[in-house]
Amino acid sequence: MDTAAEQIPLESFLFVSAVIFSLGVYGVLSRRNAVQILMSVELMLNAVAVNFVAFASYTDGTLFRGLIFAVFVIIIAAAEVGLALGIILRVFRTRATANVDEVDQLKW
Amino acid sequence: MTVAEVIFYVLAALAIVSSLGVVTVPNVVHAALFLILSLLAVAGFYILLSSEFLALVQVLIYAGAVATILLFGLMLTRGRDELLPSVGAGAQWPVGLLATAVLVAAMGTAVLVSEWPRDAGEVTMISVNTIGGALFRDWLLPFEIASVVLLVALIGAVVIARQEEGEA
Repeated sequence: MDTAAEQIPLESFLFVSAVIFSLGVYGVLSRRNAVQILMSVELMLNAVAVNFVAFASYTDGTLFRGLIFAVFVIIIAAAEVGLALGIILRVFRTRATANVDEVDQLKW
Repeated sequence: MTVAEVIFYVLAALAIVSSLGVVTVPNVVHAALFLILSLLAVAGFYILLSSEFLALVQVLIYAGAVATILLFGLMLTRGRDELLPSVGAGAQWPVGLLATAVLVAAMGTAVLVSEWPRDAGEVTMISVNTIGGALFRDWLLPFEIASVVLLVALIGAVVIARQEEGEA
């Protein structure tokens, strides 16, 4: 059976992942709601995971190290979302806002 | 065009359009729903790349748990922010647009000019058995550290978000 990898060049996956990553960067820079920034970070992490898996199945079929890396990326992303939402809830409770521009007390 | 190519292009269009939705639609809940769509499209990529385990993990953890937590976070932090425009008055978005254009151009050229190894003939389906074996044999230490990290993050999130006594 033909696997998809034999029909689609590796570059296609890399390119799509580059576009998704850049969109995530745009989201982080332009959005002001903390939860939306978090969602953009998720997009970026996800794009990186796609790259890892693409490299794993195109060039590393026996050891698939990239696949394991992607598993760890997902684990860290889950931990990050949990913690970040805890912080956002905390900030919202004391400052009644989720707008990152209004939370600038640590800004020098 | 083969079936795999058609599926790839459909998934790629879906992923890019929904990612665009995540960063551009004004309604935050719609953005979260676009994020779920984008994550599901990426799960489709994983199936195309013959790692169905990751596709399952993606659907369960990302599109399921993480997206649900994000939606909870959105709904718990809805206040007067609803009245604010989602793109700030500080107008950082031109900078963001510039950074995005530069990144796409740089990574696109890097992808196009680089020599990628192609021994795609070697690609095999990586079964869940194999991944489980590798995780507990070759990657045991990182795996255990990851579980400790998750535990610490969980406890930390509870401690940070907990309502303290005397707090309104």
